[in-house]
Amino acid sequence: MAELADRVGEVIEASTTGFVAQCYELYQSPPLGSLVKTRDLPVELYGIVYNATTTSLEPGRRPIARGKDEASEEEIYRSSPQLLKLLRSEFSTLVVGHKDDDKLYHYLPPKPARIHGFVYLCPPEEVKEFSQSFDFLNILINAHLPVSLDELIAASLRQMCQAYEDRHSFLVAAGKELAILLSGDFNQLKAILGRIKG
Amino acid sequence: MTQEDTQKLGIVVSGSLNKGVEVKMDSSASVEDMAVGRYVTIDGPKRRFFGMITDITLGVIDQKLTLTPPDVSDPFMTEVLAGTSTYGTLHVLPMLTIGGDAASLLEGPQPVKTVPSHFSVVNLALQRDVELVFGSEDERKFYIGTPLDMETKVCLDLAELVKRSNGIFGKSGTGKTFLTRLLLIGMLQKGTAVNLVFDMHSEYGWEGRNERGQKVKALKQFFPSKVAVFTLDEESSRRRRVSTDFVVRIGYDEIEPEDMVLLRQTLNLTEPAIEAIYQLSRRFGKNWLQSTMEMKDSEESGDLLKELSIHESTFQNLQRGLATIRRLPFLMSHSPDNPVQRILEYLDRGINVVLEFGRYTDITAYILVANLLTRRIHTQYRDRTEKAQGEDTAPPHPLVITIEEAHKFLNPEVAGQTIFGIIAREMRKYNVTLLVIDQRPSGIDDEVMSQIGTKITCLLDNDRDIDSVLAGVMNKSEFKSVLSKLESKQQALIFGHAVPMPVVVRTREYGSAESYKDFIPSEQAEKDIEELWD
Repeated sequence: MAELADRVGEVIEASTTGFVAQCYELYQSPPLGSLVKTRDLPVELYGIVYNATTTSLEPGRRPIARGKDEASEEEIYRSSPQLLKLLRSEFSTLVVGHKDDDKLYHYLPPKPARIHGFVYLCPPEEVKEFSQSFDFLNILINAHLPVSLDELIAASLRQMCQAYEDRHSFLVAAGKELAILLSGDFNQLKAILGRIKG
Repeated sequence: MTQEDTQKLGIVVSGSLNKGVEVKMDSSASVEDMAVGRYVTIDGPKRRFFGMITDITLGVIDQKLTLTPPDVSDPFMTEVLAGTSTYGTLHVLPMLTIGGDAASLLEGPQPVKTVPSHFSVVNLALQRDVELVFGSEDERKFYIGTPLDMETKVCLDLAELVKRSNGIFGKSGTGKTFLTRLLLIGMLQKGTAVNLVFDMHSEYGWEGRNERGQKVKALKQFFPSKVAVFTLDEESSRRRRVSTDFVVRIGYDEIEPEDMVLLRQTLNLTEPAIEAIYQLSRRFGKNWLQSTMEMKDSEESGDLLKELSIHESTFQNLQRGLATIRRLPFLMSHSPDNPVQRILEYLDRGINVVLEFGRYTDITAYILVANLLTRRIHTQYRDRTEKAQGEDTAPPHPLVITIEEAHKFLNPEVAGQTIFGIIAREMRKYNVTLLVIDQRPSGIDDEVMSQIGTKITCLLDNDRDIDSVLAGVMNKSEFKSVLSKLESKQQALIFGHAVPMPVVVRTREYGSAESYKDFIPSEQAEKDIEELWD
């Protein structure tokens, strides 16, 4: 089932503005800036991946270096298969919209995501549908996140443009929207545009 | 407007009725495709406005952009910034409302009394909008040219035009003569007025030449039965193979002191010399000029001068001036025919008269003849009009007198005295109006300028000239930029009485065989041929 293949994780922490999901497989978090969704039927929440971490399963126990006598990095995992179970990959998303009754809204949903809700990577058609409106850019610009906003906005646009055949037009349209939103800060605009061109 | 061919330019963002509105351009429209003088329509929620672009400016949303410009070699960057951070603004002057309210639907375009509301959509005017404003060719309207970048015809209401004095201005070589010829043809074609043309360079009667030296047809070739060519210089006309209808000769006895006043500057006469002319004419009567010239340096004449208290140096000054006049070959002591009467006869029959000056392009000859003839014709017209008013009969046919180098007749010093000043001011009361052609409109008296009904101006670049042409026009500064940006050929700004709003036109083609066809209606041509056989 296509849906299963797109399933990338499960919500383990949620708030109104975002949710954190744990990946089913170590290191298999969706790329920075990609559009993911989770369900709290009948509402579907859309989020943009802004951060991914891989840490020890137990917060107090830090991993130790093991590769001194191994020939390659792969050998480490091979000789200590338990590692895959002792580490976890998580990714954090920022909620940028939701779908209710098959209607898209580019603003926050009434309720946060449910814990253990499955998180799916949105297929290109859905990315296209969602990015018909650039209203989500405003949420991104106004968010307070540990990562640089310039990086996040540029990454999300780079991800989204892959759903389009005419990537250039999409990026120009998005750039124009950004130019309006960032009318007071030309330097930031320049930084973002420099990261999405090409 | 949901038509496919509308081209959206932008939206209204600010403005006032006096100064015009600012239009922020859409990113899809490029400032480089715009041009001042182009027409736009503004679709307000209640009315539709028709206006003209008078200025185009570049704007940036953030001043930092001007200080640290983006990398222009990056097409993506420029594409994104175009229309958002950097944008063009159009300055549009709304002129008319078309459609929308009852009055403009019934009576056609109305002058604007308000501005479109915020964010009204601005489109490039469509052909049919322009047609709605400038009408189409009919028995009153004459197609003079097309608006910039459009194929629609701009038509002048000639019946309205001849009711006032009109002016054609422009630097030398900008096409004044072609425009005048076109306008004269229009008046002949529509029969709105009968013309008297003082043709200084002999280019309106039979044929003229364009800048490339090719011959172009003039009035008589189009309307042989409606145009008579008079000449002052028979020899020149013969050499140019122009068949003339009458050779004008003027007798000394026909020159009155008033005719001399105008020549004061050109003949370098002093103020006392002019006074002396009046005194001498009182003394000698009709033959004053001949008698004055014949006065020798004798005791007898010395006594006479003393009696009239004319200083000797004044008299010498006067004689020098008169000697210049005397050298004009078309003057003779007594003319065998009366040219004024002849011209009037022709004009009465509805035949237009072109008076060629041949070789005598000297300004003295031109001023003398034009003033002399016009004064007498005007008097006759005045008498007839008054008579017609008294007897309740039809007034004489409207007469349009065309003069070149108009500033010589209408400069502030003489405008008060010359007949042209009077005609320009009294306007249509006596059914006589002027068509003045000039390259230095600043030399024309302000009062006369203000009475000119329709002004057609080609390129002018002297500030004083521009100011004087645009005197009294609302939003003068807007038109200033339009006027100084006209191309030096085939473009003119028309404003005033005969057009609903100021308009920049590319003048209709003139000079090719194709263009000639349109000037003569085919039935007219057939009629002319029939008349020949009768």
